[in-house]
Amino acid sequence: MSSKAHFESGLDKFNRINHVTNVVFHIIFILIALVCLVPVLVVLSVSISSEDSIRQTGYHIIPRSLSGDAYHYILQQGKMISRALGVSVLVTVVGTLLGILLTTSMGYVISRPNYKLNGLLTWIVFIPMVFNGGLVSSYYINSTLLGLKDTVWALILPLAVSSFNVIICKTFFRSTIPDGLIESAEMDGASQLRIFFSIILPISLPVIATIGLFLCFSYWNDWFQSMLYINNQDLYSLQALLNSLMSNVDALARNAASLGISYAELVATMPKESARMAVAIIIVLPVAAAYPFFQKYFISGLTVGAVKG
Amino acid sequence: MGTNNKRRHLRTKWRTQDTELSLLALPTTIWYILFCFLPMFGIIIAFKDFKIHGGFLSNIFNSKWSGFKNFEFLFKSNDAWIVIRNTLGYNIVFIILGIVVPVTLALMVGQLHSRKAGKVYQTMMFLPYFLSWVVVSAVIWAFLSFDKGIANQFLADLGKDPINWYMEAKYWPYLLIFMNMWKGLGYGMVVYLATITGIDSTYYEAAVIDGASKWQQTQYITLPLMKLVIVMMFILSVGRIFYTDFGLFFQVPRDSNSLFNVTTTVDVLVYKQLKTATVGMASASAFLQSVLGCATILIANWIVRRVDPDSAMM
Repeated sequence: MSSKAHFESGLDKFNRINHVTNVVFHIIFILIALVCLVPVLVVLSVSISSEDSIRQTGYHIIPRSLSGDAYHYILQQGKMISRALGVSVLVTVVGTLLGILLTTSMGYVISRPNYKLNGLLTWIVFIPMVFNGGLVSSYYINSTLLGLKDTVWALILPLAVSSFNVIICKTFFRSTIPDGLIESAEMDGASQLRIFFSIILPISLPVIATIGLFLCFSYWNDWFQSMLYINNQDLYSLQALLNSLMSNVDALARNAASLGISYAELVATMPKESARMAVAIIIVLPVAAAYPFFQKYFISGLTVGAVKG
Repeated sequence: MGTNNKRRHLRTKWRTQDTELSLLALPTTIWYILFCFLPMFGIIIAFKDFKIHGGFLSNIFNSKWSGFKNFEFLFKSNDAWIVIRNTLGYNIVFIILGIVVPVTLALMVGQLHSRKAGKVYQTMMFLPYFLSWVVVSAVIWAFLSFDKGIANQFLADLGKDPINWYMEAKYWPYLLIFMNMWKGLGYGMVVYLATITGIDSTYYEAAVIDGASKWQQTQYITLPLMKLVIVMMFILSVGRIFYTDFGLFFQVPRDSNSLFNVTTTVDVLVYKQLKTATVGMASASAFLQSVLGCATILIANWIVRRVDPDSAMM
């Protein structure tokens, strides 16, 4: 857009806010940015503090004495963690792929103006944006009628599609893919399925990336589905594990105790407080490492969403 | 494509193309039926004396009709009014702050001399948006825990008595409002910033030549051109006024009973009733939430269409 040229023009230099205001603005933003960043650093610092120092003097912004005990402990007794990590990764990967497939196919179909059932399907997508059945009946349908309780599908299926994403896709297909491209493929005798999979999807990477990122983060960060549908500890995701550790730190020890070590001994020796924060760091690390790179996709996704569908 | 006649012809006849497209849309349509439309019919639980034994469908058909009894019980309990007050009260504050603060900051970040610094601030402010509520509740615990928390150590350094944060209701409205701001600030700013950078620079050039001050440029160019997006964000949040972020109100206060009066919103109440097996009241609460939510979306949209047809959603 013209914004870059705008910022480099001489007129713009002339039109700048004065230096004092500039410094004041910088100070305000530095403070806000610190408020956003420091709490996460505190969790990191607790996770690498020694258990003794936490017991004696509590949590600190800067650790009093360093120790890798929590991570060492987690790696050692890590069966529960590695299982939870496995569940989280599986749910994120399968859910994201399934979600992309379901969302883009629906978006493509309702973007075809000549399709006979276009109006009906558009309503099917639109109505849930305004009205929904609510938590209670969803819960009973998912757990008793569909039998999703205590299965990994309870973590995947309910989050796969969102009408908002379908409409982003529809808008993208309608505005960026020329009708002529689809018509000529039709003339060559390609079926709609073939057109979708071998022509439309490969040239739609921007929208797939945007939706894929939204789905990825929502699957990785989800804890609510676990809380509702999962009782079996083997199906705990990292979020569900941290959730249960927050209310009861001994959960880790209880699990390890089943491996043959005495429960009392474990509870006495395990780095409880720092282990809790270490699990939080294991969850945050991939997100914090990835998001600055993907931020621009997110931003474009958000702005696409702000444009009417 | 073609003439009007031809188009009408295409519209009336079912072609193989339509079959193929229907096939492509089938899996998602099934998903919508199972996860969105079936629950809509399940809403009649609110009017039934629902028992949880046996299969879901037989349950619905065999349960006795109870009329509005579930609603009666709901409103006879004192909870209903506290919960409605909390839900609407927090949402009104969130809507106002959620527009004023991000718009102000977006206007400010666009004025910084260094664009690079602006980008860095924005990236840092976006971080909380990507954290799950479980992680956030661990973060808050590190600050507010009674015996180990950083907040109480700070109070001790000042020579003050420690505060049992998770028991004292009076601090929580401020804490929850702050947390909501903290997590959503980066997201809100991006939407408004995208609008600001999209404004044609010639408007500002003309204004500078006319001798307009920075404040006048904001007042007469930037804000009017942002109106559309601001109004849209406003409708979206008003339409969700009976819904709250369950994570914020359930995870962050750690489900503490002494905070019930200031942290329980409709979503939290529905969840608690569901878990304590008072299904009738839970479904009545959920029913009211869905119906009132739907009504507010439609009303908000209708008002906006009358004021400014271009900003309406439907």
